[in-house]
Amino acid sequence: MDPELYNTLRHFADSWGLLAMFVFFLGVIVWALRPGSRKTHEDVANIPFRNEDKPIAPHKADPAQD
Amino acid sequence: MINYLKLILLGVVAIFSLIAANYARDAAYMVHAIIIFLVTAGLFLWTLRQTDEPVPAKVLETSYLDGVVRYGVIATAFWGVVGFAAGTFIAAQLAFPVLNFDWAQGYMNFGRLRPLHTSAVIFAFGGNALIATSFYVVQRTSAARLWGGNLAWFVFWGYNLFIVLAATGYLLGGTQSKEYAEPEWYVDLWLTIVWLAYLAVFVGTIVKRKEPHIYVANWFYLSFIITVAMLHVFNNLSIPVSIWGSKSVQVFSGVQDAMTQWWYGHNAVGFFLTAGFLGMMYYFVPKQAERPVFSYKLSIVHFWALIFIYIWAGPHHLHYTALPDWASTLGMVFSIVLWMPSWGGMINGLMTLSGAWDKLRTDPIMRMLVISVGFYGMSTFEGPMMSIRAVNSLSHYTDWTIGHVHSGALGWNGMITFGALYFLTPKLWNRERLYSLSLVSWHFWLATIGIVLYAASMWVTGIMEGLMWREVDANGFLVNSFADTVSAKFPMYVVRALGGGLYITGSIIMCYNLWMTVKRAPAVEASAAAAHATPAE
Repeated sequence: MDPELYNTLRHFADSWGLLAMFVFFLGVIVWALRPGSRKTHEDVANIPFRNEDKPIAPHKADPAQD
Repeated sequence: MINYLKLILLGVVAIFSLIAANYARDAAYMVHAIIIFLVTAGLFLWTLRQTDEPVPAKVLETSYLDGVVRYGVIATAFWGVVGFAAGTFIAAQLAFPVLNFDWAQGYMNFGRLRPLHTSAVIFAFGGNALIATSFYVVQRTSAARLWGGNLAWFVFWGYNLFIVLAATGYLLGGTQSKEYAEPEWYVDLWLTIVWLAYLAVFVGTIVKRKEPHIYVANWFYLSFIITVAMLHVFNNLSIPVSIWGSKSVQVFSGVQDAMTQWWYGHNAVGFFLTAGFLGMMYYFVPKQAERPVFSYKLSIVHFWALIFIYIWAGPHHLHYTALPDWASTLGMVFSIVLWMPSWGGMINGLMTLSGAWDKLRTDPIMRMLVISVGFYGMSTFEGPMMSIRAVNSLSHYTDWTIGHVHSGALGWNGMITFGALYFLTPKLWNRERLYSLSLVSWHFWLATIGIVLYAASMWVTGIMEGLMWREVDANGFLVNSFADTVSAKFPMYVVRALGGGLYITGSIIMCYNLWMTVKRAPAVEASAAAAHATPAE
């Protein structure tokens, strides 16, 4: 394989690639801790305690989601 | 119509596998060809008998597909006992070499049985547990039936066929000698097909979910499925020597091959045995504790931190090899950073019990789940420590590594799977409760004491042999021969086999308890009907 390709990819990985992943990760933390997320998270944390026995029937679900 | 296509496909494969059995160049390939012939011929007859029969009414979307989860629970318990039995036997073989029987040389000696043990516990026991629980959890948390109709059944049976092919292959010498990736090229191709079907079922169910949010357990399961697909494909890039034989040649060579192997190997631990089982933790711990997870925000950070960091940790398996220093330093640093998300997840799991700590005293299933998270915390502390180059120079190639792996596998993966099986069995078979909670307690204590004996003896023997290997006299000569370390390890090997014996005894008690739960425990309907009857009077 072309050795220049290795160098190009390598330099991309330890510069812009690294930066992009790190910024994404910081974004995730900010998003998780964003103001006003508490209510959403309390709601979704209770997902395991709903719909244990049967799925939400299709015809019922659609109006409920609006 | 689809049945005619199935018949053509099954017929072609059946005939091809007979031809393959005829031209087979080695025993493993021939046995596999015969197994595939039997499976496809059986399926051919089964499909033929159903063709042009009246089609049963289409299944409504008003129920969950739980049959495949029930089969998964049975397969998990079965393969668990098989894998533990193989492990206990090879532990005894190491202590008492006479158990490498002369009449079974080349089939049942340690070298052949060891990959059988690792694959049986990781892929057969762990894999079936992951498939079964992921199917159960994704339906409940998406409020939708599994996508793809009978595709989930294909995933279950296809995966178990993969396990049978892998296990028989090892005994007959069909192996590409890559740790945790031993199966040869055609078995790898089959697993790729099954795994893509698994991905399709899982993603399809998430896509048609009725809950607007994707619950965190599904994030972990999904990352496990996608990453394992990627790891599997890249680590198994090989060219078969002949289409009529099991032998293949790897595409990568030398240190690239080693790095690909341990990138695969460590992420098999990171995504198969960690991310997938964390999916189990984020569902079954809250369910059994009857309270939501401690912090949902922490679970989001936990997920992204874990998958971003784990993928880089592989090079710590190759300290002091031909691998460049920068790569092994990178692996070491990321292994240590990994400590944080691991413990974040552990704290999230344990603190879910805050306000309900009394359940630890009253509920042996909860105790099982909690000790599993505890072992997770312990082995994710031990792992980063062992990845440090200086520590690794003592621990690598010794039994300490084996002890570390087993405190993770027996403690974390085993215990959380047992907890999930105890949770699932009454639900899936519509029973009010388990047959016996005191048997769960027995299982808990046998397994825990077994792990303690196992891990403690491996610490002692691992550090001892590491120190013996590096001991030099005043003139710089090595003091001990290799055989000296082997004979010094004998008592610890006996203790280890004893620990394994306790662990498998506990799992057999579990099987009995689950069986009796299905057979004897009171059904839910009866009591529900009684409850309804009371206000009606």
